[in-house]
Amino acid sequence: MKSLRDTWLVFQRHLLLMARSPLQIFLGVAQPVVYLALFAPLLKPALASMGAGTMADAYRIYVPGMLVALALGGGLYVGFGLLAELGSGVIERARVTPVSRVALLLGRSLRDVVVLAVQAAVIIVLAIPLGLLVRVPDLLLAYLLLALISLTSSAVSYGLALKVGNPDVLGQLVNNLAQPLMLLSGTLLPLALAPLWLRRVSDWNPFSWAVTGMRELFAGHPGDPAVWRSLALMAAVAVAALLWSARRFARTVR
Amino acid sequence: MIETSGLRKSYRSGRRGRTTTVDAVAGLDLHVAEGEIFGLLGPNGAGKTTTLRMLATLLPPDGGAATVAGADLLTRPAEVRRSIGYVAQGGGTWDEVTAREELVLQARMHGLAKAEAQARAAAAVDSFDLAEYADRPCRSYSGGQRRRVDIALGVVHRPAVLFLDEPTSGLDPAARARLWAEVRRLRDAGMTVFLTTHYLDEADALCDRIAIVDGGTLVAEGTPAELKRSIAGEVVTVGVAEPHLAPKAAEVLTAQECVRSAEVRADGALRLSVDTGESAMPQVMRALAGAGIATATIALHRPTLDDVFLARTGRSLEES
Repeated sequence: MKSLRDTWLVFQRHLLLMARSPLQIFLGVAQPVVYLALFAPLLKPALASMGAGTMADAYRIYVPGMLVALALGGGLYVGFGLLAELGSGVIERARVTPVSRVALLLGRSLRDVVVLAVQAAVIIVLAIPLGLLVRVPDLLLAYLLLALISLTSSAVSYGLALKVGNPDVLGQLVNNLAQPLMLLSGTLLPLALAPLWLRRVSDWNPFSWAVTGMRELFAGHPGDPAVWRSLALMAAVAVAALLWSARRFARTVR
Repeated sequence: MIETSGLRKSYRSGRRGRTTTVDAVAGLDLHVAEGEIFGLLGPNGAGKTTTLRMLATLLPPDGGAATVAGADLLTRPAEVRRSIGYVAQGGGTWDEVTAREELVLQARMHGLAKAEAQARAAAAVDSFDLAEYADRPCRSYSGGQRRRVDIALGVVHRPAVLFLDEPTSGLDPAARARLWAEVRRLRDAGMTVFLTTHYLDEADALCDRIAIVDGGTLVAEGTPAELKRSIAGEVVTVGVAEPHLAPKAAEVLTAQECVRSAEVRADGALRLSVDTGESAMPQVMRALAGAGIATATIALHRPTLDDVFLARTGRSLEES
Protein backbone atom coordinates (compact mmCIF):
# COMPACT_ATOMS: atom_id res chain seq x y z
CA MET A 1 0.00 0.00 0.00
CA LYS A 2 2.73 2.40 1.04
CA SER A 3 4.75 1.52 -2.05
CA LEU A 4 1.75 2.30 -4.24
CA ARG A 5 1.13 5.63 -2.56
CA ASP A 6 4.83 6.55 -2.78
CA THR A 7 4.97 5.47 -6.43
CA TRP A 8 2.05 7.78 -7.14
CA LEU A 9 3.90 10.58 -5.31
CA VAL A 10 7.10 10.15 -7.33
CA PHE A 11 5.13 9.69 -10.56
CA GLN A 12 3.17 12.91 -9.98
CA ARG A 13 6.33 14.88 -9.35
CA HIS A 14 7.94 13.63 -12.54
CA LEU A 15 4.83 14.32 -14.57
CA LEU A 16 4.88 17.85 -13.21
CA LEU A 17 8.52 18.23 -14.22
CA MET A 18 7.64 16.96 -17.70
CA ALA A 19 4.72 19.34 -17.98
CA ARG A 20 7.02 22.23 -17.07
CA SER A 21 9.47 21.40 -19.87
CA PRO A 22 7.35 19.81 -22.61
CA LEU A 23 9.97 20.55 -25.25
CA GLN A 24 11.80 17.39 -24.19
CA ILE A 25 8.86 15.19 -25.21
CA PHE A 26 8.64 16.72 -28.65
CA LEU A 27 12.37 16.69 -29.28
CA GLY A 28 12.25 12.99 -28.48
CA VAL A 29 9.65 12.46 -31.19
CA ALA A 30 11.42 14.58 -33.82
CA GLN A 31 13.73 11.84 -35.06
CA PRO A 32 10.99 9.24 -35.60
CA VAL A 33 8.94 11.82 -37.48
CA VAL A 34 11.87 12.52 -39.79
CA TYR A 35 12.25 8.77 -40.35
CA LEU A 36 8.55 8.54 -41.08
CA ALA A 37 8.80 11.19 -43.78
CA LEU A 38 12.16 10.35 -45.33
CA PHE A 39 13.11 6.81 -44.50
CA ALA A 40 9.87 4.91 -45.02
CA PRO A 41 9.52 5.78 -48.74
CA LEU A 42 12.99 4.33 -49.30
CA LEU A 43 11.89 1.14 -47.68
CA LYS A 44 8.90 0.47 -49.88
CA PRO A 45 10.78 -1.75 -52.33
CA ALA A 46 12.38 -3.61 -49.44
CA LEU A 47 9.08 -4.07 -47.65
CA ALA A 48 7.58 -5.50 -50.82
CA SER A 49 9.11 -8.79 -49.75
CA MET A 50 6.80 -8.66 -46.69
CA GLY A 51 3.75 -8.16 -48.85
CA ALA A 52 3.71 -4.37 -49.09
CA GLY A 53 2.34 -3.52 -52.46
CA THR A 54 1.44 0.10 -51.80
CA MET A 55 2.84 2.98 -49.73
CA ALA A 56 -0.01 2.48 -47.25
CA ASP A 57 1.06 -1.14 -46.80
CA ALA A 58 4.63 -0.04 -46.27
CA TYR A 59 3.57 2.32 -43.46
CA ARG A 60 1.47 -0.39 -41.85
CA ILE A 61 4.63 -2.49 -41.59
CA TYR A 62 7.04 0.31 -40.87
CA VAL A 63 5.21 2.32 -38.19
CA PRO A 64 4.72 -0.52 -35.65
CA GLY A 65 8.44 -1.29 -35.89
CA MET A 66 9.30 2.32 -35.39
CA LEU A 67 7.08 2.54 -32.30
CA VAL A 68 8.98 -0.39 -30.79
CA ALA A 69 12.26 1.32 -31.68
CA LEU A 70 11.03 4.50 -29.98
CA ALA A 71 10.01 2.65 -26.81
CA LEU A 72 13.28 0.76 -26.73
CA GLY A 73 15.65 3.55 -27.78
CA GLY A 74 13.95 6.37 -25.90
CA GLY A 75 13.72 4.35 -22.71
CA LEU A 76 17.35 3.32 -22.75
CA TYR A 77 18.43 6.96 -22.46
CA VAL A 78 16.39 7.92 -19.38
CA GLY A 79 19.29 6.93 -17.12
CA PHE A 80 21.03 10.20 -17.94
CA GLY A 81 18.24 12.08 -16.18
CA LEU A 82 18.77 9.93 -13.12
CA LEU A 83 22.50 10.68 -13.11
CA ALA A 84 21.70 14.40 -13.23
CA GLU A 85 19.31 13.97 -10.30
CA LEU A 86 21.95 12.08 -8.35
CA GLY A 87 24.34 14.97 -8.94
CA SER A 88 21.83 17.64 -7.96
CA GLY A 89 21.03 16.12 -4.57
CA VAL A 90 17.31 15.51 -5.10
CA ILE A 91 17.79 11.75 -4.79
CA GLU A 92 19.69 12.16 -1.56
CA ARG A 93 16.85 14.28 -0.24
CA ALA A 94 14.49 11.36 -0.90
CA ARG A 95 16.90 8.85 0.60
CA VAL A 96 16.76 10.34 4.10
CA THR A 97 12.98 10.00 4.12
CA PRO A 98 11.19 6.70 4.72
CA VAL A 99 9.85 6.81 1.12
CA SER A 100 9.68 3.38 -0.53
CA ARG A 101 12.80 2.64 -2.59
CA VAL A 102 10.84 0.68 -5.19
CA ALA A 103 8.61 3.74 -5.62
CA LEU A 104 11.63 5.86 -6.58
CA LEU A 105 12.13 3.52 -9.56
CA LEU A 106 8.50 2.76 -10.44
CA GLY A 107 7.37 6.39 -10.27
CA ARG A 108 10.06 7.32 -12.77
CA SER A 109 9.45 4.37 -15.08
CA LEU A 110 5.73 5.08 -15.20
CA ARG A 111 6.48 8.67 -16.15
CA ASP A 112 8.58 7.27 -19.01
CA VAL A 113 5.60 5.19 -20.13
CA VAL A 114 3.43 8.30 -20.23
CA VAL A 115 6.03 10.18 -22.27
CA LEU A 116 6.17 7.30 -24.72
CA ALA A 117 2.38 7.16 -24.96
CA VAL A 118 2.30 10.82 -25.98
CA GLN A 119 5.10 10.35 -28.51
CA ALA A 120 3.46 7.26 -29.97
CA ALA A 121 0.19 9.16 -30.32
CA VAL A 122 1.97 11.89 -32.28
CA ILE A 123 3.46 9.36 -34.69
CA ILE A 124 0.24 7.42 -35.16
CA VAL A 125 -1.76 10.57 -35.85
CA LEU A 126 0.84 11.72 -38.39
CA ALA A 127 0.86 8.30 -40.06
CA ILE A 128 -2.92 8.00 -40.48
CA PRO A 129 -3.08 10.31 -43.51
CA LEU A 130 -0.24 8.23 -44.99
CA GLY A 131 -2.42 5.14 -44.91
CA LEU A 132 -1.99 3.71 -41.43
CA LEU A 133 -5.16 2.04 -40.27
CA VAL A 134 -5.74 0.51 -36.86
CA ARG A 135 -8.81 -0.51 -34.86
CA VAL A 136 -9.18 0.91 -31.33
CA PRO A 137 -9.07 -2.45 -29.45
CA ASP A 138 -5.96 -3.40 -31.42
CA LEU A 139 -4.45 0.00 -30.64
CA LEU A 140 -5.07 -0.53 -26.92
CA LEU A 141 -3.25 -3.87 -27.07
CA ALA A 142 -0.46 -2.17 -29.00
CA TYR A 143 -0.23 0.44 -26.26
CA LEU A 144 -0.02 -2.28 -23.63
CA LEU A 145 2.85 -3.87 -25.52
CA LEU A 146 4.58 -0.50 -25.87
CA ALA A 147 4.17 0.16 -22.13
CA LEU A 148 5.85 -3.17 -21.32
CA ILE A 149 8.73 -2.39 -23.67
CA SER A 150 9.11 1.08 -22.21
CA LEU A 151 9.06 -0.24 -18.62
CA THR A 152 11.79 -2.70 -19.58
CA SER A 153 14.06 -0.24 -21.34
CA SER A 154 13.72 2.50 -18.72
CA ALA A 155 14.25 0.09 -15.80
CA VAL A 156 17.37 -1.26 -17.52
CA SER A 157 18.61 2.26 -18.15
CA TYR A 158 18.11 3.34 -14.52
CA GLY A 159 19.78 0.18 -13.28
CA LEU A 160 22.76 0.70 -15.60
CA ALA A 161 23.01 4.36 -14.58
CA LEU A 162 23.21 3.37 -10.91
CA LYS A 163 25.75 0.67 -11.73
CA VAL A 164 28.18 2.74 -13.82
CA GLY A 165 27.47 6.14 -12.25
CA ASN A 166 29.20 8.01 -15.07
CA PRO A 167 27.38 9.63 -18.01
CA ASP A 168 30.21 8.99 -20.50
CA VAL A 169 30.36 5.29 -19.75
CA LEU A 170 26.57 5.09 -19.70
CA GLY A 171 26.42 6.69 -23.15
CA GLN A 172 28.77 4.12 -24.67
CA LEU A 173 27.02 1.28 -22.92
CA VAL A 174 23.57 2.33 -24.07
CA ASN A 175 24.71 2.85 -27.66
CA ASN A 176 26.30 -0.58 -27.73
CA LEU A 177 23.15 -2.10 -26.33
CA ALA A 178 20.59 -0.21 -28.40
CA GLN A 179 22.17 -0.69 -31.85
CA PRO A 180 22.22 -4.50 -31.99
CA LEU A 181 18.86 -4.79 -30.21
CA MET A 182 17.25 -2.53 -32.79
CA LEU A 183 18.93 -4.08 -35.82
CA LEU A 184 18.10 -7.56 -34.59
CA SER A 185 14.46 -6.72 -34.02
CA GLY A 186 13.80 -5.67 -37.60
CA THR A 187 12.44 -2.29 -36.56
CA LEU A 188 14.13 -0.27 -39.27
CA LEU A 189 15.17 -2.85 -41.84
CA PRO A 190 12.97 -5.95 -42.10
CA LEU A 191 14.63 -9.16 -41.05
CA ALA A 192 13.09 -10.87 -44.02
CA LEU A 193 16.07 -9.49 -45.91
CA ALA A 194 18.50 -11.02 -43.45
CA PRO A 195 20.43 -14.25 -44.01
CA LEU A 196 19.17 -17.25 -42.11
CA TRP A 197 21.81 -17.14 -39.32
CA LEU A 198 20.91 -13.54 -38.54
CA ARG A 199 17.26 -14.48 -38.30
CA ARG A 200 18.17 -17.32 -35.92
CA VAL A 201 20.06 -14.83 -33.73
CA SER A 202 17.14 -12.43 -33.75
CA ASP A 203 14.89 -15.23 -32.46
CA TRP A 204 16.67 -14.72 -29.14
CA ASN A 205 15.86 -11.02 -29.09
CA PRO A 206 12.58 -10.40 -27.22
CA PHE A 207 12.15 -7.10 -29.01
CA SER A 208 12.10 -8.93 -32.32
CA TRP A 209 9.08 -10.86 -31.03
CA ALA A 210 7.55 -7.59 -29.89
CA VAL A 211 7.92 -6.13 -33.38
CA THR A 212 6.23 -9.15 -34.92
CA GLY A 213 3.33 -8.92 -32.45
CA MET A 214 3.05 -5.20 -33.04
CA ARG A 215 2.87 -5.65 -36.83
CA GLU A 216 0.10 -8.22 -36.50
CA LEU A 217 -1.89 -5.77 -34.36
CA PHE A 218 -1.52 -2.99 -36.91
CA ALA A 219 -2.38 -5.45 -39.66
CA GLY A 220 -5.67 -6.08 -37.86
CA HIS A 221 -4.89 -9.63 -36.68
CA PRO A 222 -5.22 -9.47 -32.87
CA GLY A 223 -5.90 -13.22 -32.83
CA ASP A 224 -2.53 -14.07 -34.34
CA PRO A 225 -0.47 -16.14 -31.88
CA ALA A 226 2.40 -13.65 -32.31
CA VAL A 227 0.30 -11.12 -30.38
CA TRP A 228 -0.19 -13.03 -27.14
CA ARG A 229 3.30 -14.47 -27.39
CA SER A 230 4.83 -11.01 -27.63
CA LEU A 231 2.69 -9.70 -24.77
CA ALA A 232 3.57 -12.63 -22.51
CA LEU A 233 7.25 -12.48 -23.38
CA MET A 234 7.51 -8.72 -22.86
CA ALA A 235 5.59 -8.94 -19.56
CA ALA A 236 8.11 -11.48 -18.29
CA VAL A 237 11.05 -9.40 -19.52
CA ALA A 238 9.60 -6.22 -17.98
CA VAL A 239 9.12 -7.90 -14.60
CA ALA A 240 12.69 -9.22 -14.69
CA ALA A 241 14.09 -5.79 -15.64
CA LEU A 242 12.10 -4.04 -12.90
CA LEU A 243 13.20 -6.56 -10.28
CA TRP A 244 16.84 -6.19 -11.27
CA SER A 245 16.68 -2.41 -11.29
CA ALA A 246 14.69 -2.22 -8.04
CA ARG A 247 17.44 -4.25 -6.38
CA ARG A 248 20.02 -1.79 -7.66
CA PHE A 249 17.91 1.08 -6.31
CA ALA A 250 17.52 -0.57 -2.94
CA ARG A 251 21.25 -1.21 -2.71
CA THR A 252 22.60 2.09 -4.05
CA VAL A 253 19.87 4.28 -2.67
CA ARG A 254 19.65 2.39 0.61
CA MET B 1 20.51 12.68 21.34
CA ILE B 2 23.41 11.29 19.33
CA GLU B 3 25.91 8.83 20.78
CA THR B 4 28.68 7.20 18.80
CA SER B 5 31.45 4.93 19.91
CA GLY B 6 34.28 3.75 17.74
CA LEU B 7 32.40 4.77 14.58
CA ARG B 8 34.46 3.76 11.55
CA LYS B 9 34.35 4.06 7.79
CA SER B 10 37.05 3.26 5.28
CA TYR B 11 37.12 3.51 1.53
CA ARG B 12 38.81 0.96 -0.68
CA SER B 13 40.32 2.09 -3.90
CA GLY B 14 42.23 0.43 -6.72
CA ARG B 15 41.73 -2.78 -8.64
CA ARG B 16 41.11 -6.11 -7.03
CA GLY B 17 44.17 -7.72 -5.54
CA ARG B 18 45.80 -4.36 -5.06
CA THR B 19 43.45 -2.40 -2.92
CA THR B 20 44.46 0.38 -0.61
CA THR B 21 42.22 1.26 2.28
CA VAL B 22 41.80 4.82 3.45
CA ASP B 23 40.29 5.36 6.87
CA ALA B 24 37.95 8.29 6.37
CA VAL B 25 36.63 7.97 9.93
CA ALA B 26 38.83 5.98 12.31
CA GLY B 27 36.91 5.31 15.50
CA LEU B 28 34.96 8.37 16.54
CA ASP B 29 33.27 8.83 19.94
CA LEU B 30 30.78 11.68 20.03
CA HIS B 31 28.12 12.75 22.51
CA VAL B 32 25.56 15.26 21.37
CA ALA B 33 23.00 16.47 23.92
CA GLU B 34 19.38 17.25 23.15
CA GLY B 35 18.70 20.81 22.04
CA GLU B 36 22.24 21.88 21.27
CA ILE B 37 24.01 23.03 18.15
CA PHE B 38 26.90 20.63 17.78
CA GLY B 39 29.61 21.42 15.25
CA LEU B 40 32.12 19.09 13.66
CA LEU B 41 35.11 21.30 12.85
CA GLY B 42 38.06 20.22 10.78
CA PRO B 43 39.97 20.72 7.55
CA ASN B 44 38.84 19.26 4.23
CA GLY B 45 39.26 15.49 4.23
CA ALA B 46 39.01 15.23 8.01
CA GLY B 47 36.03 12.87 7.73
CA LYS B 48 33.35 15.41 8.66
CA THR B 49 31.00 14.76 5.79
CA THR B 50 31.52 11.00 6.01
CA THR B 51 30.58 11.11 9.71
CA LEU B 52 27.51 13.20 9.06
CA ARG B 53 26.38 10.98 6.18
CA MET B 54 26.76 7.88 8.35
CA LEU B 55 24.68 9.43 11.13
CA ALA B 56 22.03 10.49 8.60
CA THR B 57 21.70 6.84 7.38
CA LEU B 58 23.13 7.63 3.95
CA LEU B 59 26.31 5.64 4.38
CA PRO B 60 26.63 2.31 6.21
CA PRO B 61 29.37 2.43 8.88
CA ASP B 62 32.10 -0.23 8.76
CA GLY B 63 32.27 -0.57 12.50
CA GLY B 64 31.47 0.91 15.88
CA ALA B 65 28.08 1.73 17.29
CA ALA B 66 25.78 4.72 17.24
CA THR B 67 22.34 5.73 18.37
CA VAL B 68 20.48 8.67 16.90
CA ALA B 69 17.34 9.93 18.66
CA GLY B 70 17.18 6.70 20.64
CA ALA B 71 17.33 4.33 17.66
CA ASP B 72 20.28 2.13 16.78
CA LEU B 73 21.87 3.41 13.59
CA LEU B 74 23.23 0.05 12.43
CA THR B 75 20.24 -2.16 13.06
CA ARG B 76 17.31 0.26 12.73
CA PRO B 77 18.15 2.93 10.15
CA ALA B 78 14.49 3.20 9.14
CA GLU B 79 13.60 4.25 12.68
CA VAL B 80 16.42 6.81 12.70
CA ARG B 81 15.05 8.24 9.44
CA ARG B 82 11.75 9.05 11.12
CA SER B 83 13.43 11.46 13.56
CA ILE B 84 15.98 13.20 11.39
CA GLY B 85 16.23 15.90 8.76
CA TYR B 86 19.23 16.27 6.47
CA VAL B 87 20.50 19.08 4.29
CA ALA B 88 23.30 18.19 1.89
CA GLN B 89 26.15 20.55 1.17
CA GLY B 90 24.80 21.36 -2.28
CA GLY B 91 21.17 21.22 -1.22
CA GLY B 92 18.88 19.58 -3.75
CA THR B 93 15.86 21.00 -5.54
CA TRP B 94 14.48 20.60 -9.05
CA ASP B 95 14.84 23.79 -11.09
CA GLU B 96 11.39 23.74 -12.66
CA VAL B 97 9.26 23.48 -9.52
CA THR B 98 8.58 25.99 -6.74
CA ALA B 99 9.77 25.92 -3.14
CA ARG B 100 6.20 25.36 -1.99
CA GLU B 101 5.79 22.34 -4.27
CA GLU B 102 9.09 20.96 -2.99
CA LEU B 103 8.05 21.45 0.64
CA VAL B 104 4.75 19.61 0.08
CA LEU B 105 6.51 16.73 -1.69
CA GLN B 106 9.14 16.43 1.03
CA ALA B 107 6.49 16.37 3.77
CA ARG B 108 4.55 13.73 1.82
CA MET B 109 7.67 11.61 1.34
CA HIS B 110 7.89 11.67 5.13
CA GLY B 111 4.47 10.07 5.15
CA LEU B 112 2.18 13.03 5.82
CA ALA B 113 -1.24 13.21 4.17
CA LYS B 114 -1.80 15.81 1.48
CA ALA B 115 -3.70 18.40 3.53
CA GLU B 116 -1.29 18.10 6.43
CA ALA B 117 1.69 18.40 4.06
CA GLN B 118 0.23 21.57 2.54
CA ALA B 119 -0.30 23.05 6.00
CA ARG B 120 3.30 22.23 6.96
CA ALA B 121 4.60 23.77 3.74
CA ALA B 122 2.64 26.96 4.41
CA ALA B 123 4.00 27.07 7.97
CA ALA B 124 7.56 26.61 6.67
CA VAL B 125 7.08 29.39 4.11
CA ASP B 126 6.03 31.69 6.98
CA SER B 127 8.66 30.76 9.50
CA PHE B 128 11.55 30.84 7.02
CA ASP B 129 10.22 34.02 5.41
CA LEU B 130 10.03 32.49 1.94
CA ALA B 131 6.71 34.06 0.92
CA GLU B 132 8.29 36.49 -1.51
CA TYR B 133 9.61 33.75 -3.80
CA ALA B 134 8.02 30.48 -2.63
CA ASP B 135 5.79 30.31 -5.70
CA ARG B 136 8.53 30.99 -8.24
CA PRO B 137 10.60 28.18 -9.75
CA CYS B 138 13.69 27.24 -7.73
CA ARG B 139 15.99 28.03 -10.64
CA SER B 140 15.41 31.77 -10.06
CA TYR B 141 16.65 31.82 -6.45
CA SER B 142 19.81 33.48 -5.13
CA GLY B 143 22.33 31.39 -3.19
CA GLY B 144 21.00 32.59 0.16
CA GLN B 145 17.36 32.04 -0.80
CA ARG B 146 18.15 28.53 -2.07
CA ARG B 147 19.91 27.71 1.19
CA ARG B 148 16.93 28.80 3.28
CA VAL B 149 14.67 26.63 1.14
CA ASP B 150 17.09 23.70 1.61
CA ILE B 151 16.90 24.09 5.38
CA ALA B 152 13.13 24.49 5.32
CA LEU B 153 13.00 21.21 3.33
CA GLY B 154 15.16 19.56 5.98
CA VAL B 155 12.80 20.46 8.82
CA VAL B 156 9.36 20.49 7.18
CA HIS B 157 8.46 17.24 8.96
CA ARG B 158 9.66 18.66 12.33
CA PRO B 159 12.47 16.21 13.08
CA ALA B 160 14.14 15.91 16.47
CA VAL B 161 17.60 16.09 14.91
CA LEU B 162 18.75 18.16 11.96
CA PHE B 163 21.96 17.40 10.05
CA LEU B 164 23.55 20.27 8.13
CA ASP B 165 26.57 19.65 5.91
CA GLU B 166 28.64 22.86 5.56
CA PRO B 167 25.49 24.98 5.75
CA THR B 168 27.04 28.35 4.94
CA SER B 169 29.75 27.50 2.42
CA GLY B 170 29.55 29.84 -0.54
CA LEU B 171 27.21 32.33 1.12
CA ASP B 172 27.89 36.05 1.42
CA PRO B 173 28.25 37.49 4.96
CA ALA B 174 24.67 38.80 5.16
CA ALA B 175 23.11 35.52 4.02
CA ARG B 176 25.41 33.71 6.40
CA ALA B 177 24.36 35.78 9.43
CA ARG B 178 20.74 35.22 8.48
CA LEU B 179 21.25 31.46 8.27
CA TRP B 180 22.93 31.41 11.67
CA ALA B 181 19.86 33.15 13.08
CA GLU B 182 17.62 30.48 11.51
CA VAL B 183 19.71 27.67 12.99
CA ARG B 184 19.61 29.28 16.45
CA ARG B 185 15.85 29.68 16.15
CA LEU B 186 15.50 25.94 15.42
CA ARG B 187 17.70 25.13 18.43
CA ASP B 188 15.64 27.44 20.63
CA ALA B 189 12.54 25.55 19.51
CA GLY B 190 14.12 22.39 20.92
CA MET B 191 15.74 20.85 17.86
CA THR B 192 19.15 19.24 18.07
CA VAL B 193 21.39 20.50 15.26
CA PHE B 194 24.46 18.61 14.10
CA LEU B 195 26.54 20.47 11.53
CA THR B 196 29.93 20.29 9.87
CA THR B 197 32.03 23.32 9.12
CA HIS B 198 35.53 24.30 8.25
CA TYR B 199 34.96 27.90 9.30
CA LEU B 200 36.50 28.78 12.67
CA ASP B 201 34.18 31.72 13.26
CA GLU B 202 31.13 29.59 12.49
CA ALA B 203 32.17 26.94 15.01
CA ASP B 204 32.97 29.64 17.56
CA ALA B 205 29.91 31.84 17.17
CA LEU B 206 27.16 29.40 16.22
CA CYS B 207 27.93 26.13 17.96
CA ASP B 208 27.15 25.35 21.59
CA ARG B 209 29.68 22.55 21.55
CA ILE B 210 32.18 21.41 18.98
CA ALA B 211 34.30 18.41 18.17
CA ILE B 212 37.52 19.11 16.31
CA VAL B 213 38.42 16.27 13.95
CA ASP B 214 41.50 15.65 11.87
CA GLY B 215 42.39 12.60 9.80
CA GLY B 216 39.22 10.82 10.88
CA THR B 217 39.92 11.03 14.60
CA LEU B 218 38.73 13.26 17.40
CA VAL B 219 41.23 15.97 18.35
CA ALA B 220 39.23 17.80 21.02
CA GLU B 221 35.64 18.15 22.19
CA GLY B 222 33.96 20.82 24.32
CA THR B 223 32.38 24.25 24.26
CA PRO B 224 34.35 26.79 22.22
CA ALA B 225 35.18 28.64 25.47
CA GLU B 226 36.42 25.46 27.19
CA LEU B 227 38.58 24.55 24.25
CA LYS B 228 40.14 27.97 24.06
CA ARG B 229 40.73 27.99 27.81
CA SER B 230 42.49 24.64 27.48
CA ILE B 231 45.22 26.46 25.60
CA ALA B 232 47.60 27.66 28.33
CA GLY B 233 46.20 31.07 29.23
CA GLU B 234 46.34 34.16 27.07
CA VAL B 235 49.12 36.05 25.37
CA VAL B 236 50.13 39.68 25.90
CA THR B 237 52.60 41.24 23.50
CA VAL B 238 54.58 44.30 24.62
CA GLY B 239 56.67 46.56 22.42
CA VAL B 240 59.28 48.52 24.37
CA ALA B 241 60.24 52.00 23.16
CA GLU B 242 63.97 51.19 23.16
CA PRO B 243 64.46 47.70 21.72
CA HIS B 244 67.86 47.15 23.40
CA LEU B 245 66.05 47.15 26.74
CA ALA B 246 63.85 44.19 25.74
CA PRO B 247 65.99 41.51 27.47
CA LYS B 248 65.98 43.55 30.66
CA ALA B 249 62.22 43.99 30.40
CA ALA B 250 61.81 40.24 30.03
CA GLU B 251 63.82 39.73 33.20
CA VAL B 252 61.69 42.24 35.11
CA LEU B 253 58.41 40.75 33.88
CA THR B 254 59.33 37.12 34.52
CA ALA B 255 59.61 38.08 38.18
CA GLN B 256 55.99 39.24 38.19
CA GLU B 257 53.50 36.81 39.69
CA CYS B 258 50.92 37.24 36.93
CA VAL B 259 53.38 36.38 34.16
CA ARG B 260 54.02 32.71 33.50
CA SER B 261 56.79 33.20 31.00
CA ALA B 262 58.28 35.94 28.88
CA GLU B 263 60.33 35.72 25.73
CA VAL B 264 61.78 38.18 23.28
CA ARG B 265 60.51 37.61 19.77
CA ALA B 266 62.61 38.01 16.64
CA ASP B 267 61.02 41.40 15.95
CA GLY B 268 62.10 42.70 19.37
CA ALA B 269 58.66 42.56 20.97
CA LEU B 270 58.02 40.63 24.18
CA ARG B 271 55.61 37.72 24.19
CA LEU B 272 54.16 37.11 27.64
CA SER B 273 52.16 34.07 28.58
CA VAL B 274 49.57 35.03 31.22
CA ASP B 275 46.48 33.56 32.86
CA THR B 276 44.10 36.46 32.33
CA GLY B 277 45.13 39.28 30.09
CA GLU B 278 42.83 41.96 31.44
CA SER B 279 44.32 41.94 34.94
CA ALA B 280 47.88 41.22 33.80
CA MET B 281 48.17 44.22 31.46
CA PRO B 282 48.07 47.01 34.12
CA GLN B 283 50.53 45.09 36.31
CA VAL B 284 52.88 44.62 33.37
CA MET B 285 52.78 48.33 32.62
CA ARG B 286 53.35 49.24 36.27
CA ALA B 287 56.32 46.89 36.55
CA LEU B 288 57.91 48.25 33.39
CA ALA B 289 57.39 51.84 34.53
CA GLY B 290 58.93 50.98 37.90
CA ALA B 291 62.04 49.65 36.12
CA GLY B 292 62.27 52.80 34.02
CA ILE B 293 61.42 51.06 30.73
CA ALA B 294 59.05 52.95 28.43
CA THR B 295 56.24 50.94 26.78
CA ALA B 296 55.42 51.70 23.14
CA THR B 297 52.62 49.22 22.48
CA ILE B 298 50.73 46.57 24.41
CA ALA B 299 48.24 44.09 23.00
CA LEU B 300 46.15 41.22 24.29
CA HIS B 301 45.74 38.15 22.14
CA ARG B 302 43.06 35.65 23.09
CA PRO B 303 43.47 32.10 21.83
CA THR B 304 41.26 31.12 18.91
CA LEU B 305 40.03 27.70 17.91
CA ASP B 306 42.85 27.75 15.39
CA ASP B 307 45.30 27.93 18.32
CA VAL B 308 43.53 24.88 19.76
CA PHE B 309 43.92 23.05 16.47
CA LEU B 310 47.55 24.17 16.21
CA ALA B 311 48.33 23.04 19.75
CA ARG B 312 46.80 19.58 19.19
CA THR B 313 47.91 18.82 15.65
CA GLY B 314 50.92 21.02 15.05
CA ARG B 315 49.21 22.53 11.98
CA SER B 316 47.06 25.56 11.49
CA LEU B 317 43.49 24.87 10.39
CA GLU B 318 43.45 27.97 8.25
CA GLU B 319 46.45 26.75 6.30
CA SER B 320 45.36 23.15 5.88
